Amino acid sequence: MGGLMQVVFDALSLGSLYALGALGIALIFGVMRLVNFAHGDVIAFCVFALLWPSVDAVAIIFAGNLPWYLLIPFALAVGAGLSVLSEVVVFRRFRRANPATMMIASFALGFVIRYFLLMLFSSRPKSISLLPELSQPVEILGARLPLLQLITILVTITVLIGLTAFLRRTRFGLEMRAAAENFTMARMLGVRANRVIMGAFALSGALAAAIALILGSQTGTANIMMGASVMLMAFIATVIGGMGSLAGAVIAGFALGAIATVMQVILPPDARAFRDAFVYGAVILVLIFRPQGLLSARGTKERV
Amino acid sequence: MARRPSTASVARRTIVTPVLLSVLLVIFALAAWAAGSRPFNQTVIDIFLQVIFVVGLYTFIGNSGVISFGHVAFACLGGYVAAWTTIKPMMKSSAMPGLPDWLMQMEIPFWAAAIAGAGFAAFWALVFGAVLMRLSGIAASIATFAMLAMVNSIYSNWDSVTAATSSVVGIPIVRTVWPYLVAAVLSVFAAWAFSISRHGLALRAARDEPTAAAASGVDIPRVRLVAFVLSGAIMGAGGALYAHSIGLVTPDTFYLGLTFTTLSMLVVGGMGSLSGAVIGVLILSSLIQILRWLEAGVAIGESSFALPGGVQEIALGVVMILILMFRPAGIMGNSEWTGRLPRFAKPGAPGPDNRSQPTGDQT
Repeated sequence: MGGLMQVVFDALSLGSLYALGALGIALIFGVMRLVNFAHGDVIAFCVFALLWPSVDAVAIIFAGNLPWYLLIPFALAVGAGLSVLSEVVVFRRFRRANPATMMIASFALGFVIRYFLLMLFSSRPKSISLLPELSQPVEILGARLPLLQLITILVTITVLIGLTAFLRRTRFGLEMRAAAENFTMARMLGVRANRVIMGAFALSGALAAAIALILGSQTGTANIMMGASVMLMAFIATVIGGMGSLAGAVIAGFALGAIATVMQVILPPDARAFRDAFVYGAVILVLIFRPQGLLSARGTKERV
Repeated sequence: MARRPSTASVARRTIVTPVLLSVLLVIFALAAWAAGSRPFNQTVIDIFLQVIFVVGLYTFIGNSGVISFGHVAFACLGGYVAAWTTIKPMMKSSAMPGLPDWLMQMEIPFWAAAIAGAGFAAFWALVFGAVLMRLSGIAASIATFAMLAMVNSIYSNWDSVTAATSSVVGIPIVRTVWPYLVAAVLSVFAAWAFSISRHGLALRAARDEPTAAAASGVDIPRVRLVAFVLSGAIMGAGGALYAHSIGLVTPDTFYLGLTFTTLSMLVVGGMGSLSGAVIGVLILSSLIQILRWLEAGVAIGESSFALPGGVQEIALGVVMILILMFRPAGIMGNSEWTGRLPRFAKPGAPGPDNRSQPTGDQT
């Protein structure tokens, strides 16, 4: 029983990360059809924002020393700020461009952010201890897991509930959903385009910061590539979930977490290193049968 | 049927482009040969390799309009084929003990390895493409990214066959520019031949007007697959030659860094144009060389001045974003280099519709 619960918790916490990432990507895709390849680098940037620039192997913790009630808002603000900045400086000029052009631009922007970090911090991974009190184990239903894992799951559920309430109950959320449905029509009905898009970027950046905090405290290292693998899984989750469908992205994120965790358990030890390759393979199999994703959002299909 | 221009006449009207581009490449090769300096020679080899990669990318992206982030995976497949087939059997048995016996004993010349690499990459392009080409534009792009990560993950972990993340050394190094020149010219001609072939024309029609093309009987996933396999083969050959140019391979050689450089070259030159692919390589390679030189440090009078590492990539990224912002079709803007030569060089040869049309137009 304990073993099974362990797997369930592992799957939930890994799935939480993927779901948060997928949500950040799907939010922006929803309002402006941008597949944001820079998302992973925003995650890495948020971790490094807590350090003082240096190329040494030992990180000089700077903002990371703040007490948690200041640290968390600081990180969220950095993520939201960088994300909004990228909108204002880069993506705003691509409003009329086709999605492929925007996608490549975001890929280039991601590289700019990554190599900016490399310039300041070098490419060596650094060890950091972020919120160390979270790594103590707790016991639930016979499974021993670090407190952080539990918090990750709880935070994700809170974020999901909060975001749902925000999108369904507030005026801004309504505007955002309207914009995702039909941007031109929403503008004609008085939705302010720039405000909605900046809101989406801010939310997405804050989600990236949440992932950064979780990843940073989980792995204890800061690495300029650290956002890449989460971002890739998040991308896959948005494709499987049906591009632009927020619910689909979250469900697919959790599903990917579950598949990855189950593979880790059932694969023979020799093959465990290939876990991610098996997950991608499974994804490709899903796409054979449902090329449009599991839940495809309206209006995102290519009109053929 | 009689009104359809024959492939031969289309070929006559458009052949100037690959010929001009090849002449440009030959000039580079001659310059390297005449200069006789080792670093310059290596730079020119690098340029030819990038030409192969970017032309390979163009073959798929330019004709189909679907952005692929995964083509470097095929270069990885090709590069490891070169490692498997050309390293001396004794060295292979210690670095990659898991190879099957027939492969362990194999030792073939580098050009054969390049062909084998192309074949191996083409096979996997067929397998992956059969699935990926069913997806629509954006989803297909993300799926190609997943394919790249999948190949990288397998090659970084399959210890007994790829030596995992450590470098596989001992690949015979080919230092003369000529083989790379030949391969670059061949890939330019292959890309050109595809773009005027039946499948290439159908694919470009599907890129510009998917609905009309589908209604006219173009099987879009199938023509995309043909382009995917051909471009995979070019990338595979490029990967094998890349391995021979530096003598070693690691999985991370063929990952996001190379994807970024090749894609930025294609974007800057112009995604829809073969000339753009080659010119993008030449322009950005020069920029990269200058930045590398500045990163290494330049003495100005008494003091020396060096840019911090990473500036090169940042500059590439910024150039790429600016080009996308202000000239999304790239420097060549979807047109090809024709130099208007054919009208004067071959009077009367092409059909009557040649008079009003500039040749090789791709819009």
